[in-house]
Amino acid sequence: MKKSVLLGTFAAAALVSGMASAATLDDVKARGELICGSNTGLTGFGAPDANGEYQGFDAALCKALAAAIFGDASKVKFVPTTGETRFTALASGEVDLLVRNSTWTYSRDNDLKFDFVAVNYYDGQGFMVKKDLGVSSAKELDGATVCIQTGTTTELNLADFFKANNITYTPVTVADDSEAQRQYVAGACDAYTTDASGLAASRATLADAENHIILPEIISKEPLGPVVRHGDNQWGDIVRWVYFSLVIAEEKGITKANIEEVASTSTDPEVRRLLGLEGEMGAMMGLDNNWAKNAIAANGNYGEIFEANIGTATPIGLARGLNALWTQGGLQYAPPVR
Amino acid sequence: MALATETPDTGFRLSMLIYDTRFRAITIQVIVLILFLLFLGWLVDNTIQNLAAKDKDINFSFLWNRAGYDIDQQLIPWNNDMTHGRAAIIGLLNTLVVAFFGCIFATIIGVVVGVLRLSKNWLVSRLMTVYVEAFRNVPLLLWIILVYVVFSEIRPAPKDFRITDEMAAAGTAPAAHMNLWDSVAITNRGSNIPAPLLDRPLGGFEVFDVPINFSVLATLAVIIASILANRAFLRRVRAVQEDTGIRPTTWWKSLLILFVPVSLLLWALGLHLEYPVLKGFNFQGGIAVAHSFTALLIALSLYTGAFIAEVVRAGILAISRGQTEAAFALGMRPNRTMSLIILPQALRVIIPPLISQFLNLTKNTSLGIAVSYLDLRGTLGGITLNQTGRELECMLLMMLIYLTISLIISSIMNYFNASVKLKER
Repeated sequence: MKKSVLLGTFAAAALVSGMASAATLDDVKARGELICGSNTGLTGFGAPDANGEYQGFDAALCKALAAAIFGDASKVKFVPTTGETRFTALASGEVDLLVRNSTWTYSRDNDLKFDFVAVNYYDGQGFMVKKDLGVSSAKELDGATVCIQTGTTTELNLADFFKANNITYTPVTVADDSEAQRQYVAGACDAYTTDASGLAASRATLADAENHIILPEIISKEPLGPVVRHGDNQWGDIVRWVYFSLVIAEEKGITKANIEEVASTSTDPEVRRLLGLEGEMGAMMGLDNNWAKNAIAANGNYGEIFEANIGTATPIGLARGLNALWTQGGLQYAPPVR
Repeated sequence: MALATETPDTGFRLSMLIYDTRFRAITIQVIVLILFLLFLGWLVDNTIQNLAAKDKDINFSFLWNRAGYDIDQQLIPWNNDMTHGRAAIIGLLNTLVVAFFGCIFATIIGVVVGVLRLSKNWLVSRLMTVYVEAFRNVPLLLWIILVYVVFSEIRPAPKDFRITDEMAAAGTAPAAHMNLWDSVAITNRGSNIPAPLLDRPLGGFEVFDVPINFSVLATLAVIIASILANRAFLRRVRAVQEDTGIRPTTWWKSLLILFVPVSLLLWALGLHLEYPVLKGFNFQGGIAVAHSFTALLIALSLYTGAFIAEVVRAGILAISRGQTEAAFALGMRPNRTMSLIILPQALRVIIPPLISQFLNLTKNTSLGIAVSYLDLRGTLGGITLNQTGRELECMLLMMLIYLTISLIISSIMNYFNASVKLKER
């Protein structure tokens, strides 16, 4: 009797642990909310605001995804992860996806068994220094002390860059962005290195932002994007196409403000397919037909999200650069909805 | 009337496993053991199956791949072309060095504080009580961060030490200056202390890229030989004292034996000190000790010292008051009573709990991650784990290593304990 109860418990535990790898969409729907792995706090990308609500460029993608699935952008729970814990959290099923400035690399894609479904920000690693250090190029940093976040690709790029230029440095390894900032401001390191977008975000939160400069060198390619677990293609497709729908919306001029008007008046077949007025596009992914409409209505199109969170009008002040649409000389390009 | 208690000799029956008290205890133990092993087997099997479901396996070959990252504190040579395995060893050595010095300092602090807490001086004993209670009752992590922040916020930046041409012309002093006759520079990043260098080193060789230095080996050999010689000398003095009742003067002869040979050797090798100099962004030359190490060492020593103080106090209180009174009756002064009568006896009570304090200190070094100290947890369990994505392998390896260190420490201490405990013949 006792033994069978014990075995029953084991069987139940095995079932539960096996379920994490089943269809993520079903899990999310059954749960009634999306769990999105986010930053512990990177202003402009994913950081809690004064009310504790996550806001930012990455957070907006999670909200758009929740809107596409549930028709309600608020049905998303943000789980803060550090550079160290993020991939474990994703692999173990603690989060449904990771939208957290994570760089798409070969080994993460293949060895860690993840899928990077899109690139929502094309970035590169840079350096921030204090102006009075008198440095104008990263190659002048010989002998400097450099703060880096552990568990990131920047750690490896940094080692490669200094080796390639035959100069030396002392690393100060820190766990997350806020600790790196504290050390950098306290002067424990001469330079802080991370993705240029992250540097801009950090610089924006400094009290004396004008006394800090971001050096011109970009020492690596950092394609940042949403990550899902390998093996659940349907879920990967949903995340990918929700992102693409935001890019297409910008391309077609669909904004948060005019979406209802476009939906009722547009004659463009692609717009009509995207907004669910023609065909059964949503059903192919297991979603409602107005999935893209809900996603766009949540925070606006890609350009709107960019400008509202990290664009030139915000304290972070990033230009579109590589992240402009392909029609404007950038790299953001979405396949057709057909 | 025949006695009914006599057991009929019918041989062994299967039911006896349950109904015979002689066998029942063993039966239950065997069943529990089998169940426990089944549970362990299920755990392992479940882990492997779930890893397989995620297309993962258990594989330690990443230890031989290029690591590609840099480590700021390294006791043996390191560059980012070396393997993850070597990075783990660098981390292990960083763990061991902080644990080693931590154990020594914590013991010194603990013994002094433990004795002083029993002092009859009201102020001294109360001060020690405050220290013990403050450190015992606040989490260690907070102490580590506090010490680190104090260092990094209070000390000046390296550039404050610089004397520019204008300042030299105007005769103004820089904002900060070095301590101890311009030999030690404590900045907000770390402490730079003078490094001993040799003009005429003896050379050396390398084993697995670890340089073995003949000069260091020779110095160690001379020091050990001097200590042995001094012990032989003291034995002879004791023999003379027992024979004649007069103890010859020993102090200057001991000093000669202990210090002259090693000084001569170092002089012959051309020992001099290399002082740190501000060059570029940081101080160069000398030995750079990062504040993460200093903060971790100070916090660990003070924290564990508080616990050891309590252990020492308990050990002393366990010795009967009569021992002290007997010593006083023989005319011994209080501090000789303590060091010759009380402490040697108290050691028997002190050492077993002291072992677990040493083990705690060693395991607590893994909190160094909070101040970016790259110990075993920081390299193998931090960067390597992240860059390779081999969580399970790294964690298992790390647990195995900490277990091994702890077992080694406790076996050494158990050996020491056996040598001081009451000999019963």
